[in-house]
Amino acid sequence: MAEGKNYLNHETTIWSWLTTVDHKRIGLMYLFTISCFFIAGGVAAILMRLELAKAGGDLVAPDVYNVLFTLHGAIMIFLFIVPGIPATLGNFLIPLMIGAKDVAFPKLNLLSYYIYLVGAIMALLAIIPVDWISAWLPEFLTNFLTWLGLSGPADTGWTFYAPYSLETGSSVIWMTGAAFVLGFSSILTGLNFIVTIHKLRAPGMSWDRLPVFIWASYATAVIQTLATPIVGISLLLLIMERVFGVGIFNPDLGGDPVLYQHFFWFYSHPVVYIMVLPAFGVVGEIIPVFSRKPLFGYKAICYATLAIAVFGFIVWAHHMFTSGLSNASAFYFSLATFTVAVPTAVKVFNWVSTMYKGSISFDTPMLYAMGFVFLFMVAGTTGIYLATLAVDVFYHDTYFVVAHFHYTIQGGAVIGLIAGLHFWFPKITGKMYNEVAGKIGWVLVFFGFNLTFLPQFVLGMNGMPRRYYDYPPEFEWLHTLSTIGALINGIGYSFALLNMLYAFIWGKKIAPRNPYKSLSLEWDTQSPPIHENFEETPTVTDYPYAYGVPVKEAV
Amino acid sequence: MSEHVASGPPHVHHMDAKTAYSAAKLGMWLFLATEILLFGGLFAGFAIYRWQYLSEFAHASEHLNWKMGALNTAILIFSSYAVVLGVDAAQHGENKKVKKWMLVTLLCGCGFLVVKFFEYKSKYEHGLFPGTVDHITNIAFNSPEFNAQYKMFFGLYYCMTGLHALHVIIGMGIIFWIYLLAKKNRFSTDYYTPVEVGGLYWHLIDLIWIYLFPLLYLVG
Repeated sequence: MAEGKNYLNHETTIWSWLTTVDHKRIGLMYLFTISCFFIAGGVAAILMRLELAKAGGDLVAPDVYNVLFTLHGAIMIFLFIVPGIPATLGNFLIPLMIGAKDVAFPKLNLLSYYIYLVGAIMALLAIIPVDWISAWLPEFLTNFLTWLGLSGPADTGWTFYAPYSLETGSSVIWMTGAAFVLGFSSILTGLNFIVTIHKLRAPGMSWDRLPVFIWASYATAVIQTLATPIVGISLLLLIMERVFGVGIFNPDLGGDPVLYQHFFWFYSHPVVYIMVLPAFGVVGEIIPVFSRKPLFGYKAICYATLAIAVFGFIVWAHHMFTSGLSNASAFYFSLATFTVAVPTAVKVFNWVSTMYKGSISFDTPMLYAMGFVFLFMVAGTTGIYLATLAVDVFYHDTYFVVAHFHYTIQGGAVIGLIAGLHFWFPKITGKMYNEVAGKIGWVLVFFGFNLTFLPQFVLGMNGMPRRYYDYPPEFEWLHTLSTIGALINGIGYSFALLNMLYAFIWGKKIAPRNPYKSLSLEWDTQSPPIHENFEETPTVTDYPYAYGVPVKEAV
Repeated sequence: MSEHVASGPPHVHHMDAKTAYSAAKLGMWLFLATEILLFGGLFAGFAIYRWQYLSEFAHASEHLNWKMGALNTAILIFSSYAVVLGVDAAQHGENKKVKKWMLVTLLCGCGFLVVKFFEYKSKYEHGLFPGTVDHITNIAFNSPEFNAQYKMFFGLYYCMTGLHALHVIIGMGIIFWIYLLAKKNRFSTDYYTPVEVGGLYWHLIDLIWIYLFPLLYLVG
């Protein structure tokens, strides 16, 4: 901690953390919490992969397997990657990058953290296996859990599709209730960011000087605010349906399960952009710094970000090509989905063009950023297959979709988060992590990831359906490869996170203000920043990517 | 949430009073957008099934008492008028008048809930409530004239009006909080943000009802 008082040490009691309204501390609290859930969701994934390593059931029973993939999906989506980058890096960086002292509504920011915690606790309750543990529990506790309406871990998959979610005996109400509460937290975070970016920019920080991470966070916040209420009402209706038998999703009562799918995907397609847009922003910050070149096509990247957010709202039914759509709407949704590829490709070309003839240094954040570009390209191109009507009928609900999804969300959002954590680590902690260990972590993550999911593309092409407990022997070698990859991937993440944790707590190497000579505003204050962010409100005179060009004024 | 939005100046340190005011207003408008989308899901569901089961929904709708619905519409429109007068009073720094108009609004809210309570009660007594209650023999849903679509109409009716009533209760909490602030003479010509954004929230509650009333009670 180089320069005396900073946001980490100006108050040190636990109470000062729990009641803080400082966006930097709230960001760290989120980071700690979502990391716990990342580990939990990861353990569920590893158990699933171990079960699938060999044909036949050998590790867990089939119903436990159903619970595992529900847990993995629900935890990773609702508790880890939706808050993901916005709640952690977004909270920490948005005010710093625009030269503000805090977000617009600091108390609301803390409130949304606690709402998130309430949702997390509800999700944890929903995974208690009441039947199994009742033998060891005192009777009143079992009765209490039953009275709460808890029956057993939710087994519907993270999508809660009706009519199964209306019939299963598991704790669906608690899991969907948790998703509802977590959505509320997400809405408040998004709303806070939109107002912050509109109202609290430092003098001179015009929209055409905003860092691309801010543009990405803004677009993300718009989706968080406008898409989440729809899933809120859908889940609420699902709960009402289970409690009172309203009937709107239940075919027995004249309702339509496909309507649930429409409602669900109206949010849950845009939500993938909540996950991945901030990662675009992170990568857009990293690449010019380590290429020492101005970001290629800054404005195109900003507009592409907004375009993706808008297109994200009008393509939802491409998840439903096999669920019963009219030909006209299937045609429309397929076509609209193709258009998403345009702004996405604009971004990829711009990142690569930024690197072209740049003076690239392969530091850990840059390795992750380049890995991101590669993985996301695979994700994007396989997305084109799935947008194609005839092809999707075959690929739907196979491992091809699983692999595509993980290339976008793990290869995109998670790798983006890890890239950003490495990049801003000196700013957040005031320390430097071990560079060699960081690179080893990257190698393990990158190769482990590809080894896990490339075989899954092949499995899907050969017709292996998703969510199956068992499979014919000819698929075995690909499943075994995938499981080995998942283990390497898991070791890689543990290695990378432990490296950073070690440096945070025991690290000796002190970070300077601006270790990478970045031109962005957050590097203009000390590392870690003081409680008020800046000694005095900064004035901005240029966009932050003027690398390698004559500097207009000395900074 | 508006409680926080509004608790800006004069205490905030990280932005000036003018920015805080416009930030609070933008925040509330965004929040109202999320509310509209939340109800939007219900409206969309209602529209789809009304189109699909037109005559059943029309028949089921006849079981609602349009007079009570109309009374509640009048009450809420009047309450919005009271809120507008309250905002105007706050802008002139007249805390006493703010107190008065907030009390009027609170009374209107109570009145609305009382009318709603008697509506629900009479439905309940006629056995028109959702749920799987096979053991109750006099329940209207179990009689042959009631088919699944009647159930769905009432299911949607309870979801929509229930969620709206919940918003009325939350809105009354906010209005009461503004009343307490006015009691402490907190509003002046420079600072009236809570009244303004709280008022916006109340208007939205009114507005949603103005759509619910004809849709559920009148359109046969």
